[in-house]
Amino acid sequence: MSDAPDRELRVSKIRDGTVIDHIAGGQALNVLAVLGIDGSEGVGVSIGMNVPSDKLGTKDVVKVEDRELSQGEVDVLSLLAPEATVNIVREFEVVEKKRVERPDRVVGLLRCPNRNCITNADEPVESAFEVVDDGVRCEFCAGIVREDIGDHLAVH
Amino acid sequence: MRHDHLLSAGQLTRGDIEAVLDRAAELAGRPGLVGDRHADRLLALCFFEPSTRTKMSFDAAMKRLGGDTVDMGPVESSSVKKGESLADTVRVIEGYADGIVLRHPSEGAARLASQFVDVPVVNAGDGAGQHPSQTLLDLYTIRERAGLDDLTVGVMGDLKYGRTVHSLASALTNFDARMHFVSPESLRLPRGVRFDLHDAGARLREHTELDEVLPELDVLYVTRIQRERFPDENEYQQVAGQYRIDAGTLERARDDLTVMHPLPRVDEIAPDVDETEHAAYFAQAHNGVPVRMALLDELLGADGDDDAAAADGGEPR
Ligand SMILES: [Zn+2]
Repeated sequence: MSDAPDRELRVSKIRDGTVIDHIAGGQALNVLAVLGIDGSEGVGVSIGMNVPSDKLGTKDVVKVEDRELSQGEVDVLSLLAPEATVNIVREFEVVEKKRVERPDRVVGLLRCPNRNCITNADEPVESAFEVVDDGVRCEFCAGIVREDIGDHLAVH
Repeated sequence: MRHDHLLSAGQLTRGDIEAVLDRAAELAGRPGLVGDRHADRLLALCFFEPSTRTKMSFDAAMKRLGGDTVDMGPVESSSVKKGESLADTVRVIEGYADGIVLRHPSEGAARLASQFVDVPVVNAGDGAGQHPSQTLLDLYTIRERAGLDDLTVGVMGDLKYGRTVHSLASALTNFDARMHFVSPESLRLPRGVRFDLHDAGARLREHTELDEVLPELDVLYVTRIQRERFPDENEYQQVAGQYRIDAGTLERARDDLTVMHPLPRVDEIAPDVDETEHAAYFAQAHNGVPVRMALLDELLGADGDDDAAAADGGEPR
């Protein structure tokens, strides 16, 4: 038996808001953290995690009601979920498909994993990372983060 | 050189480097050349980590330029000890001096400082990050001894935490240099440095043994492997022992091999090397003063430059 109906139950359609699909399995909560969504805003948030996907093996899906992501938010999201698709929904219809593009740099979003980096020393600066080939690089210590970028979010 | 600060070697172009080295060569021959152009200038020496040598070298350079220095003194007796941030410290010191030389144990400290002040900041070592003024004097030494083109350089020792290594490697990508990095597996070049080198199209190879490359080298740059990088004494002794050289080691090297070291050394270069034609590390250290004179002369600018700009029809004042 197909599992499609079951999947529909887990993540229902939304009337207005943003659907982020094709997030790598397990990254949904990090995606919400990056977007600063923790439920306290009162908006409806549905999350499907580890949903079977042809393309990714398993994927996560996030639906946020009554909020349309900006291009800047979408760009930042690309660091965690390069394959993600972002659809803006109004009255149950997809009105816009946003392209996920990697930004040139991200400020304040990540914490440098280098414990000896000056950005981890209680100084009045925001972290800043340059986005490079397949990772990000700290503009202060020049260290490169490639794997598990979601583990280094400063916004948790 | 059109930079406000010297934070990392990566910011230097070949032209920048050659301009400083040329000027240093002039000043080495005639230290009085700059006259008293910097007579009213003060340079702040902020060393959050002890380093008599680098500090004295900047101190001497500034005084030979006719200027003077103010010294923050040891960290133990300063407000840093009371928990003041680096950002606050440099903002206060900016009011005392025309430039800041900063040595700090954290990577990125000089970059941070540069974001909070308007005076030039020279990174005199930030943790395991960069030490670009050392690189300028290293390049000066290499140019004198071997020239900076068609060069094969070996760099050996602690490549992971060695900031002089990171800066030198980055600067050498401006020149026609082949680079060989020799270290224990655990002290290889960090990912960020390797990324930059590959990005700059550097020709480099990594080795665990010097034997493989020694006969090819024009320059061998040796750095110290520190005890604290290893969990226990035995492992340290065993590993560090493989990266020591003596006069015997160098018998297989070319006659004109130049051996360098940022100093202080412990036992990674045996004293019997000092007696050979290969040893360049003391001359290298001496070059620190003219090179830092040239660097400071450039970064601090001079009143004379402003007058020249006005004479050329610059903005009326
Ligand atoms: Zn960092």
